Amino acid sequence: MKQRLVVIGAGMASGRVLEHLTDSAPDAFDITLFNAEPRGNYNRIMLSPVLSGEKSYEEIVTHDDAWYAERGIACRFGEKVEKIDREMKVVEGANGHVPYDKLVVATGSNPFIIPLPGHDLEGVIAYRDLEDTQQMMDMGPDNKVVVIGGGLLGLEAAAGMAAHGVDVTVVHIMGHLMERQLDEAAGYLLKKSLEDKGIKICLQANSKEILGRSGKVRALLLDDGTELPCDLLVMAVGIRPNTALAQDTGLAIGRGIHVDDQMLTSDPDIYAVGECVEHNGEVFGLVAPLYDQAKVAGQAILDEEASFVQKSLSTKLKVTGCDLFSAGDFADGPGREDIVFRDPSRGVYKRLVIEEDCLIGAVMYGDTADGSWFFGLIKDGTNIDEMRETLIFGPAYQGGDTADPLSAVAALPPEAEICGCNGVCKGDIVEAISAGAGDLGAVRASTKASASCGTCTGLVEQLLQVTLGDGFEMPTTQSICGCTDLTHEDVRRLIKGQELKSQAAVWQELGWNTPNGCHVCRPAINYYLLADWPLAYQDDPQSRFVNERKHANIQKDGTFSVVPRMWGGITTPEELRAIADAADKYDVPTVKVTGGQRIDLLGVKGEDLPLIWSDLNKAGLVSGHAYSKGLRTVKTCVGTDHCRFGTQDSTGLGIKLEKTLWGSWTPHKLKLAVSGCPRNCAEATCKDIGVVCVDSGYQISIGGAAGMDVKETETLCQVSTEDEAIEVVMAVTQAYREGGKYLDRLYKWLGKVGMDWVKAQVVDDLQNRDALVARFELSQSIYRKDPWAEHVREKAQTYGPIADFTLEAAE
Amino acid sequence: MSWIDIGHIDEVPLRGARLVKTHIGCIAVFRTAETEVYAATNSCPHKGGPLSEGIVHGQSVTCPLHNWVFDLNTGEAQDADEGRINTYPVRLEDGRILLDDSAVTRRSAA
Ligand SMILES: Cc1cc2nc3c(=O)[nH]c(=O)nc-3n(C[C@H](O)[C@H](O)[C@H](O)COP(=O)(O)OP(=O)(O)OC[C@H]3O[C@@H](n4cnc5c(N)ncnc54)[C@H](O)[C@@H]3O)c2cc1C
Ligand code: SF4
Ligand code: SF4
Ligand code: FES
Repeated sequence: MKQRLVVIGAGMASGRVLEHLTDSAPDAFDITLFNAEPRGNYNRIMLSPVLSGEKSYEEIVTHDDAWYAERGIACRFGEKVEKIDREMKVVEGANGHVPYDKLVVATGSNPFIIPLPGHDLEGVIAYRDLEDTQQMMDMGPDNKVVVIGGGLLGLEAAAGMAAHGVDVTVVHIMGHLMERQLDEAAGYLLKKSLEDKGIKICLQANSKEILGRSGKVRALLLDDGTELPCDLLVMAVGIRPNTALAQDTGLAIGRGIHVDDQMLTSDPDIYAVGECVEHNGEVFGLVAPLYDQAKVAGQAILDEEASFVQKSLSTKLKVTGCDLFSAGDFADGPGREDIVFRDPSRGVYKRLVIEEDCLIGAVMYGDTADGSWFFGLIKDGTNIDEMRETLIFGPAYQGGDTADPLSAVAALPPEAEICGCNGVCKGDIVEAISAGAGDLGAVRASTKASASCGTCTGLVEQLLQVTLGDGFEMPTTQSICGCTDLTHEDVRRLIKGQELKSQAAVWQELGWNTPNGCHVCRPAINYYLLADWPLAYQDDPQSRFVNERKHANIQKDGTFSVVPRMWGGITTPEELRAIADAADKYDVPTVKVTGGQRIDLLGVKGEDLPLIWSDLNKAGLVSGHAYSKGLRTVKTCVGTDHCRFGTQDSTGLGIKLEKTLWGSWTPHKLKLAVSGCPRNCAEATCKDIGVVCVDSGYQISIGGAAGMDVKETETLCQVSTEDEAIEVVMAVTQAYREGGKYLDRLYKWLGKVGMDWVKAQVVDDLQNRDALVARFELSQSIYRKDPWAEHVREKAQTYGPIADFTLEAAE
Repeated sequence: MSWIDIGHIDEVPLRGARLVKTHIGCIAVFRTAETEVYAATNSCPHKGGPLSEGIVHGQSVTCPLHNWVFDLNTGEAQDADEGRINTYPVRLEDGRILLDDSAVTRRSAA
């Protein structure tokens, strides 16, 4: 008698098992196939092209009725298996029992549904099968859809619906899309392409609740209060192996059904394949390993030798126009090295991860042509030491005798485009050089190459070198740091010109050669972005020096100093008492009066910072920003309040200025002073901005310094009212914020732009002054706040250790 | 090797670090990427700067006191500076950070 084989689940994995079995041993088994879905095996991964309209369902059917009939397979489609009785060796379907000799469990996985309030409303679906796909296809241009999850499935769902004109918003909890397959740079490019397709994308967005109306979904509520209206909500946040049947029948399971290398479960007559299994601690979500499993299971069932080995995987996203590729491993491990290549004009990003002379991971965006070649190197563990220098250029450049970047440039064909902005190819440039253009400037003038975004400058220089040989000396430019060839000025200009609003955008569009910058460029870029895009860009504490990240000054022994703000240098007995109490309570070893008329508590332990701040906050004291590249202090004299020479209320103006400017970030620290008469007791003429009061008004001068350089301020203007003085100070500060190079004090900026330019901007052109003031105010609407209170409220725990083993009793 | 769970990856800011206090000194746990962590001594071999307070970039950290840069894979100081910090095995499992217990017990102090 023929053996009886029962298969549970007609999916992609079991489909392959059946192909192997019926090909190699057509008569070995009587086969019964159950499937909960009311149809046979189709190519599930092609549901996305069906959704977008690029394919029809008929085109993606893998096994049709005729296929099953030819092989004599008894199909029980639309019938769910309820139970496996291992003692009796029968499978219980909804419509009756079937006995088995061998059983294959291939139940796939279940989409994970976040148990948000409202998840059971009508119109909340997953993306797994044809029914889900159909519901999405029913949406049209009048509909709004929210997709939770910015992974592979969520994005394919979003793009598929957007192709039908549906208004789609993707809500993703992480900082960039597809974070498991892509790094930040590739994630940024992907987001950009999807946004070009009209898809809205909310990153770092936490879903809070699904709102409904008469039992049907109406909107998604985020925890920041945003409401995203929708007619359909698709959750694509992950899958869980479908192990319910196996568990009920007592098979060994972990995250999935445990199988050995032969795909055998803990029962010698039951095999399992596909997303429902767990092999060596791993579960699966892509078809490539499932096909390997299916082959092994097919052979094992026929008693042939075979074992399943896990291999590295590659991913592509099936969205037209979003060319991405990711393969191998990006997780942590010692001894890894990155090679990064970016071509901003074409939106290309490539990153290779190398360990011990082997390629172990690759991410690519925009140009994935070499993906399979890299994937081959990863899978085969090829030693790449010989071609390391040119590896990133792909197979086309390998095999030459010398491996150096110049030869890669030399190898480019004449029609290769060098300057994307101006469409200049290698041939044009070489011709210009041969005709006498001997340096970068001359090439720029004659061909326009590198004259726009400037990112091909390096390539042009390499061409000069290749063409002229020793006749060309590579220039040393003042780039920000080793991560880029661009200068601060270039970067500031490009951030504005190209509207770059995130660090990832800067790194990509401006061709950074490191994954995420270094300690030199990160603080600068962070500053430029927050100064230029106060609303769109969110300050990144991790790109700040410790002092600005922790809102206190680090001392040489790793303790911190704490300086509360005293507006205009004025304080009260209550404040002094609170400071004294705090000094006692936190064992502050040194209490010092600063040059800026504040009190400095030196030697506070990092862990105590939120505690001492909280105490000081209670007395009304806020951060003095004594650590920031931003407004520090406004020093004042006592002016008309007490001094017999006083001409104006210098203290009052100082306090007003400080209340206007505090919290603002500037390229370097910014110190102000207001003196009540030209005797200048507040030393206003060696500050970044100084005001000296006179009978007829206020003299404003800028660009002083009293540090390593000592400089007297230069007169900017005289104004007659306090309000106008405040406006001029705001406008100058904003002009410096917008134009200054990071870490240039105001006097250095002034030296570059010149006093005449500043006067034209803030004194003569009143309209422009108003605009500067308005932009400053806009930025201050975000930054004029006490960071201490905020950290006490939201981040206090991060000041302590994540774990403390000194608290445990010693062994 | 046995592993000790010290916390969830989300408790360490991306491109930031947190401290683990032990009887044999402080260990800094660095998060260099969405799902990538490293562990090393917190103290800089130059003048003892707290490395957990440094700027984290690529797979390196810059000491906040005088800008020495350390490769977290090898612990070696980069460029012209000479020095090395101890690194410790650490891994991620379902978002939990697991630190090799030799890093936190006296046994490895030798
Ligand atoms: C939209 C989409 C796009 C995808 N894109 C890709 C891609 O680009 N690349 C890639 O590699 N992978 C992709 N995948 C993943 C891939 O489709 C899966 O890895 C693969 O389908 C899993 O195969 P399987 O046989 O394990 O499970 P399935 O194909 O899910 O089959 C399991 C079957 O078992 C049935 N079943 C479950 N329980 C029972 C029961 N008790 N009784 C009877 N029947 C039962 C189910 O109804 C189902 O039909 C995609 C998935 C989706 C949903
Ligand atoms: S600057 Fe003039 S007003 Fe101010 S304290 Fe000195 S003398 Fe008096
Ligand atoms: S003058 Fe020099 S030593 Fe004194 S506080 Fe300033 S930086 Fe430190
Ligand atoms: S203490 Fe680290 S660089 Fe000086």
